[in-house]
Amino acid sequence: MADRKVDEETGVDTTGHSWDGIQELNNPLPRWWLWTFYLTIIWGIGYTIAYPAWPMVSGATAGVLGWSARGTVANDIAEHDGQNANLVTALLQADMTTLPENADLNRYAVARGGAVFRAQCSQCHGSGAAGATGYPNLLDDDWLWGGEMEQIIYSVTHGIRNEVDPDAHWSQMPAFGDIFTKEETAATVEYLVSLSSSEFDATLAEEGATLFLDNCAACHGDNAMGDRAVGAPNLADAIWLYGGDREALTYSVENARFGVMPAWGQRLSEEDVRAVSAYVHALGGGE
Amino acid sequence: MAHEPAPSLYAAQEPVFPRKVKGFYRTFKWWIMAVTLGIYYLTPWIRWDRGPNLPDQAVLVDMANRRFYFFWIEIWSHEFYFVAGLLIMAGLGLFLFTSALGRVWCGYTCPQTVWTDLFILVERWIEGDRNARVRLWKGKWTARKWRLRITKWTIWLVIAMATGGAWVFYFADAPTLLRDLVTLSAHPAANITILILTLTTFIFGGFMREQVCIYMCPWPRIQAAMMDPDTITVAYREWRGEPRGKKRDGTAGDCIDCMACVNVCPVGIDIRDGQQMECITCALCIDACDDVMARIGKPRGLIDYLALSDEEAERAGAQPRPLWQHVLRLRTIIYTAMWAAIGLGLVYALFIRSDIELTVSPVRNPTFVLQSDGSIRNIYDVRLRNKLGDDRQFHLSLISDDILRIELEGLGRELAIDVPANETILQRVYVTARPQDPAASRNSTPLRLWVEDLGSGDKASWDTIFNGRESQ
Ligand code: SF4
Ligand code: SF4
Repeated sequence: MADRKVDEETGVDTTGHSWDGIQELNNPLPRWWLWTFYLTIIWGIGYTIAYPAWPMVSGATAGVLGWSARGTVANDIAEHDGQNANLVTALLQADMTTLPENADLNRYAVARGGAVFRAQCSQCHGSGAAGATGYPNLLDDDWLWGGEMEQIIYSVTHGIRNEVDPDAHWSQMPAFGDIFTKEETAATVEYLVSLSSSEFDATLAEEGATLFLDNCAACHGDNAMGDRAVGAPNLADAIWLYGGDREALTYSVENARFGVMPAWGQRLSEEDVRAVSAYVHALGGGE
Repeated sequence: MAHEPAPSLYAAQEPVFPRKVKGFYRTFKWWIMAVTLGIYYLTPWIRWDRGPNLPDQAVLVDMANRRFYFFWIEIWSHEFYFVAGLLIMAGLGLFLFTSALGRVWCGYTCPQTVWTDLFILVERWIEGDRNARVRLWKGKWTARKWRLRITKWTIWLVIAMATGGAWVFYFADAPTLLRDLVTLSAHPAANITILILTLTTFIFGGFMREQVCIYMCPWPRIQAAMMDPDTITVAYREWRGEPRGKKRDGTAGDCIDCMACVNVCPVGIDIRDGQQMECITCALCIDACDDVMARIGKPRGLIDYLALSDEEAERAGAQPRPLWQHVLRLRTIIYTAMWAAIGLGLVYALFIRSDIELTVSPVRNPTFVLQSDGSIRNIYDVRLRNKLGDDRQFHLSLISDDILRIELEGLGRELAIDVPANETILQRVYVTARPQDPAASRNSTPLRLWVEDLGSGDKASWDTIFNGRESQ
């Protein structure tokens, strides 16, 4: 060990190190600091033994305690499921048409349904359920297949025009491009425009009205108010699924357009189907 | 010293054996200890009636339900700014006191000081005063030493456990939790908290003591920024005391070098060396020195609270400036003003607070909904809070210069909502403008939602806007 040297100016010991004549003072650290430091090293080693730590070629060392972040999440979920078990049972037994009267259960169903909706439905209907061209807006009061709770549950369970569920809603509009002449299509479109707008060609629309009665009214109804039994949209209201201007209407008449929805009854649990239906019913348009 | 080895880079802790002292500051400190510890240990046991649905503990931090109860005040998590404000006030208060009176926090009220003081009291009671303790420390580990040590440690442990125990009572109903603790059925979080606080109190108060202040606590470093020569602090009147010594020939100063001030110092320093980072300004050396001065017939205050800016005047034999001139200066006035401004703001916020509340978040995805008859609907998520101890029925209404219609999800035009006691309810609210109404086409229309408790007449409102077709 080096000899003791004292800095004359301050009277403090130096470490004996000197750089270009500059000496380093030695104000010693408390020894317990050093021990604390050693303790942290020991702790660190123990920690890497107990918990997942060292990266390996695939994955990492598992740690002797067998802890994993995934396991923690699984536990949390199981715990929540346990806490909600009573609510789930109640939801499965509930008469869904009167669900809103049971405030607590309804709140649970709507919250759970919201989570299901954002995970499964928002891709088409939008995260705010406002839909998009071709994907119905679920916030408004216009329904293709009905907006009562039981009707919503049916649509969610069986879906629309899918190949997998024989009970899926099914209807198909013919493509009138093969049936109508260009003029007939134009006249029909003009009639459709006249139903919800004040700017139209009256003579053309009158001609279209006759064509409509002969060809379309069977499904869409004599006054074009639609028919939910066959999913025929109401053509006299302000809402258009594929657009309400002449161009969009012409395309729809000529080619016929309709969407497809999966049968969620085959993919979701019964409680999730009920929950997401309750959520959709409570978005504003529920009947 | 050529062949003396260089000292180690690490130093062992020097044991400190503070001697017993009597005097004004010591008595004052006993009182402060009694009051602060009394508040700490007893507060959770005070009861406060809030009605059947709310806890009856006067001071309670309810983590699970995110509520803080303080006597008649109840703070919800969204009002956490009250706590933030109080913390800022505590910080500013600390700045104020430090700039005026130095490390009074350290010397009188810091838990580290108070519990160390208490532990030293126990130590003195079991093992005797300074000299006896030094002897015991140096002596062999005889049966007597073991007995004294174990007694002391046991009492320390009991105090430490009570300290940790008192802490958890602030977070749960105290009588229930005590019963659970005794029957060993308390939540693990409570037991772990008690264990940690017991160990820290035991180790910090019993063994670490001044080491905590010197090496662990950030406050001594920060407080230097608040002090200046006008700050009142504990100091030695070197111009009066030096040259120190026992000589009686008239050349000596007042300090008789009896080491009383050093022997009582809980951090083991000599205040006569001048201001030191280690000094917590506990003022015990003042008491010790005053006692000596009284015995040798000299005026008190060789060691005293004084402002360093007075040194020059005092050296010249003049009187120091009065205390208030040191304390009242721009810096302390600014700290006081800031402290008071925040305090007044908080009190004001507290008084305008209503027992019922609503917050409205307009649903902006989408900005509006077109209904089949062409009318325009806006959706609002309205949170209704009932801070009262019983269930209430809230009535919702809308005020606007334009024609707008309000409906509630699930309730339609029935605008009364039941909100259970101490809860928040989320209600979806629909506001609709008919196609021919101006609000339907306009970009935005201001409106105000009111909530009223029909029973008590309490009201609250929220301003928001209605988006028409042009907002797209
Ligand atoms: S230095 Fe820190 S721990 Fe010590 S008395 Fe002051 S504030 Fe308390
Ligand atoms: S020097 Fe005096 S005031 Fe400072 S810590 Fe020691 S006894 Fe207390």
